[in-house]
Amino acid sequence: MSVIAAPSIKEAPKATGIGGSRPRRHYATHLILIVLAAMWLLPLGWSVYTALRPIASTNQYGYFSLAGPYNFDNFIAAWNQGGFSKYFLNSALITVPSVLLTLFFSSLMAFAVSRVNWKFNITLLILFTAGNLLPPQVLAAPLFQMFKHLNLPYWFSDSGTLLNTYISVIAVDTAFQIGFCTFVLSNYMKALSSDLTEAALVDGAGIWRQYWSIIMPLCRPAFAALGTLEVIFIYNDFFWPLLFIQSGDRLPVTTAINNLQGVFLSNYNLLAAGATITVIPTLVIYLVLQRQFVAGLTLGASKG
Amino acid sequence: MPRIRKVRRLSTRDKIVLTAMVAIPTLIELVFVWLPTLFSIGLSFTRWNGLDLTDIHPAGLANYQYVAQNYPPFWPAVQHNILWLLFLGIIATPLGLLLAVLLDQQIRGSRIYQSIFFAPVMLSLALVGAIWQLFYQRDHGLLNFLLGTAGTPAAVDWFGDSNVNIWAALVAATWRHAGYVMLLYLAGLKGVDPALKEAAAIDGANAYQTFFRVVFPAMRPINIVIVVITIIESLRAFDIVYVINRGTNGLELISALVIQNLVGEGQVIGVGSALATILLVISLVPIIFYLTRTFGKEAKEQ
Repeated sequence: MSVIAAPSIKEAPKATGIGGSRPRRHYATHLILIVLAAMWLLPLGWSVYTALRPIASTNQYGYFSLAGPYNFDNFIAAWNQGGFSKYFLNSALITVPSVLLTLFFSSLMAFAVSRVNWKFNITLLILFTAGNLLPPQVLAAPLFQMFKHLNLPYWFSDSGTLLNTYISVIAVDTAFQIGFCTFVLSNYMKALSSDLTEAALVDGAGIWRQYWSIIMPLCRPAFAALGTLEVIFIYNDFFWPLLFIQSGDRLPVTTAINNLQGVFLSNYNLLAAGATITVIPTLVIYLVLQRQFVAGLTLGASKG
Repeated sequence: MPRIRKVRRLSTRDKIVLTAMVAIPTLIELVFVWLPTLFSIGLSFTRWNGLDLTDIHPAGLANYQYVAQNYPPFWPAVQHNILWLLFLGIIATPLGLLLAVLLDQQIRGSRIYQSIFFAPVMLSLALVGAIWQLFYQRDHGLLNFLLGTAGTPAAVDWFGDSNVNIWAALVAATWRHAGYVMLLYLAGLKGVDPALKEAAAIDGANAYQTFFRVVFPAMRPINIVIVVITIIESLRAFDIVYVINRGTNGLELISALVIQNLVGEGQVIGVGSALATILLVISLVPIIFYLTRTFGKEAKEQ
């Protein structure tokens, strides 16, 4: 397999008939990629295809036929029977505050450890970065018990504790993601010239001014990238709602799909429609904000 | 360094602002991440039913002894975690590298291929489980149809049969992991100085030699990240086995055992915490390796 592409293929002389001087066409590469891409699309394509077929034609012709009508009835039925509008609202109620809080707190922390030189910079940064790398199951039991034994007035929470509230999920999602965002943002802020804040210092700008008026606006690309990434991370989070939220109608859509599998068990067309509906928001975000999303992932990993 | 003087220039007000900037996120991190981690270790040496805080009794190493000697799913779970790591490490990660190398050439439609391979990374593992259920299902699944076994006694229930379901889950996990690795390697390959490749070509290295002797070693930082991500992902694996059958019947993983002991009918918090602590200790190996690589130099400079 050819690893190095011939440099600037377009400028290469046209094929002369002599094998060596012909530009590389990568036929083999395309062949491998097309086969793999087809395999990659198969599960998703199969879901969409199954979802678009009414159960009646599936029953009549079998799952593996093309006959019969195609329509969106399964999507409508899944939406209504599955209660997706409620689950999407729950997802939004958890995701939006979590992402905003995560970005705000991590930017504070990142500023403090990257733009001010003091003793515990590295120690704190290690504490935050390591926290994000832990398996969530390690802290599950104490968090569950902490929330369970914290008594709250009933006007605040109908469970009398933090369990079964959005706040419990938001708090833990935020705490868990602060580590990753602090790490990424602090690297980003470190790369900004120190002259920027030095000049502001001479002009008498305090720490808050430096943070809010100078550094934050410069970090906009990093916020766009991290924001996109965090929306996907938190929307996709399955575990914390599973642990903390007991009443089914408060679950976000990612966790609810687990319950829906039971509801739709006899009708795979409905399950496929439900799965497809759940995918749509992430795919839309990905297609619209692809650049930000990819930038966010590599921003975090490029510094080894 | 002139920067160090900054601290002295801080006014009282600046010091208060700075303290708040550090204290609030640190408090959140400590209360919701590190304190629970320490509590997990503490609870693993106790016996508790989770009801009344005064009911916590010391248990010494009894929970660990129970886990290692009398808890049937524990050793299968350890084996499955190792298998998960090997599968991701030997199949999924190299597949991602292969995709990145293929796409790094100047080929037509590279972006379309990238989007296709990367699409599963956008999905939660829980959803991956649901989607692959349609694929793996015994009577109506696509795979049995393609194999010509659908509707016959030879049809395999890929997620239900405890002999094969770990492999089925691993293929589904690979579907997602390889795309992620591909993306990171694509970024890494872009960072490799083209002059290195040219020099290797001039020295008469073929494509294969150039890649394994020059390009791959030059990507050392990204290689380390990928190794760490692969290990951590295989220790964290949870969602997909939980969606399939709650991590039972052939799909035991340490992470799933932790949860089985913590929620549900028989809450055995001591045992769950002992399993969590074992998971923690194993996880600390890649975490510490990564942290020393990342922060080691900076810490020395300070």
